[in-house]
Amino acid sequence: MGRFNAILSRDFRLAIRQGSESLTVVIFFVLCVIIFPLAIGPEKGLLVRIGPGIIWASILLATMLSLENIFQKDFEDGNLDLMCISDFPLELVVIAKITAHWVTTALPLIIVSPILAIFLHMPFETWLNLIFSLFLGTPVLSLIGALGSAVSLGSRKSSLLIPLLVIPLFIPVLIFGVSAADANFLGIDSQPQLVFLGGLLLGSLAICPWVISISIRHALS
Amino acid sequence: MHKFANPTRFFKACDVVYPWIILLSLSALCLGLYFSLVQSPVDYQQGDTVRIMYVHVPAAWMSMMCYLIMALSCGSSLIWKHAIAFSIARSTAPIGATFTFLALVTGSLWGKPMWGTWWVWDARLTSVLILFFLYIGFITLYHSFDDRSRGAKAASILALVGAINLPIIKFSVDWWNTLHQPASVVKLSGPAIHTSMLTPLFVMAFAYICFYFWILIIRLKAASNLTKIRAFEARQINIETELD
Repeated sequence: MGRFNAILSRDFRLAIRQGSESLTVVIFFVLCVIIFPLAIGPEKGLLVRIGPGIIWASILLATMLSLENIFQKDFEDGNLDLMCISDFPLELVVIAKITAHWVTTALPLIIVSPILAIFLHMPFETWLNLIFSLFLGTPVLSLIGALGSAVSLGSRKSSLLIPLLVIPLFIPVLIFGVSAADANFLGIDSQPQLVFLGGLLLGSLAICPWVISISIRHALS
Repeated sequence: MHKFANPTRFFKACDVVYPWIILLSLSALCLGLYFSLVQSPVDYQQGDTVRIMYVHVPAAWMSMMCYLIMALSCGSSLIWKHAIAFSIARSTAPIGATFTFLALVTGSLWGKPMWGTWWVWDARLTSVLILFFLYIGFITLYHSFDDRSRGAKAASILALVGAINLPIIKFSVDWWNTLHQPASVVKLSGPAIHTSMLTPLFVMAFAYICFYFWILIIRLKAASNLTKIRAFEARQINIETELD
């Protein structure tokens, strides 16, 4: 566990000292959400209806910005080689890095979402469901996104490539995330949708670290 | 399967099969089109529009079969380093993408008169659309590496992960109660379609499968020739630099 924490705290320290990166993602997210009322009109009923969708779509786009950096820098400066050589399982290294990514990029987005909910006139129950769905859904985004990032290590244009690879795989998360938050309007119970999101989280937690470490080993060999 | 890991033996077998597969696919296509456009009965509700089914349903089946073949060959190229396997996956991807596109377009043309709309966001249509983008992602990922063997491995991993979508497509009509009709041919209780419509459907599906193998052999040969040409050119450059 010591080495797991070491990797985790290293990534936290890197994120804090470089600071700007997490902040850029948050600002991008806020701008993204602000664009929607300007584009489709500030009518209150409409915004209330599509608010959860706007926030989920913006979170998806904001996550995409930060994906390339999960492994790319460590891949370039050789840190990933060392992590791969050490006797500490690469799968745990991957889980540590994904956890760090989630805490440094997704968590700030969830924290600012109440402010954006006010912008979008979101009712309290919807907002509560939205927060639950974000807490269950964004780790899945980090896991799948890390997979896209690992698979495109060493390619020519990974920043353009990653969205193309991961958006199709993000769609199930988006569907269940939005329908959990939208449950009040759709007249359904939000719990089954949240359970489904939890299932997606457990499933991707079981598959992704394993597949990611296989592709990292291929990229380094 | 390992017998055919030798490219020379594999392409020799391809050469034997090739004329027969052309013959089979063309004759099945002629027979299938005659059955489906002339012989088969008109649907009591849909009229002649039902004939779109004979083009649409086999294309949709093929879109999934191609992905299955692609994922299986990617798996065997990763696990056993089978020499031909990734070549098959790489050659299958554009064919599968085309079948998926065909299924989406014919489905949309069928949807307009039947459902009154070109497109609905139902589970089946959405998951097939995702399948199309998975094909595109696979092709793009393979081509964005300077080192081809690295691209092959990355794309194989992506193809295997994307295979999760296949059961979702198959069961989407049962899990979600949406506009697309539920499974009516491949199900446990037997098909829900009359034989007069089922026969042309299966003949067309057979024609599509043969057509797939026809195109696959052409693409495999082209890919192997391209590798040979590249190797030849590389050798040429080596000789020239040595002379300099």
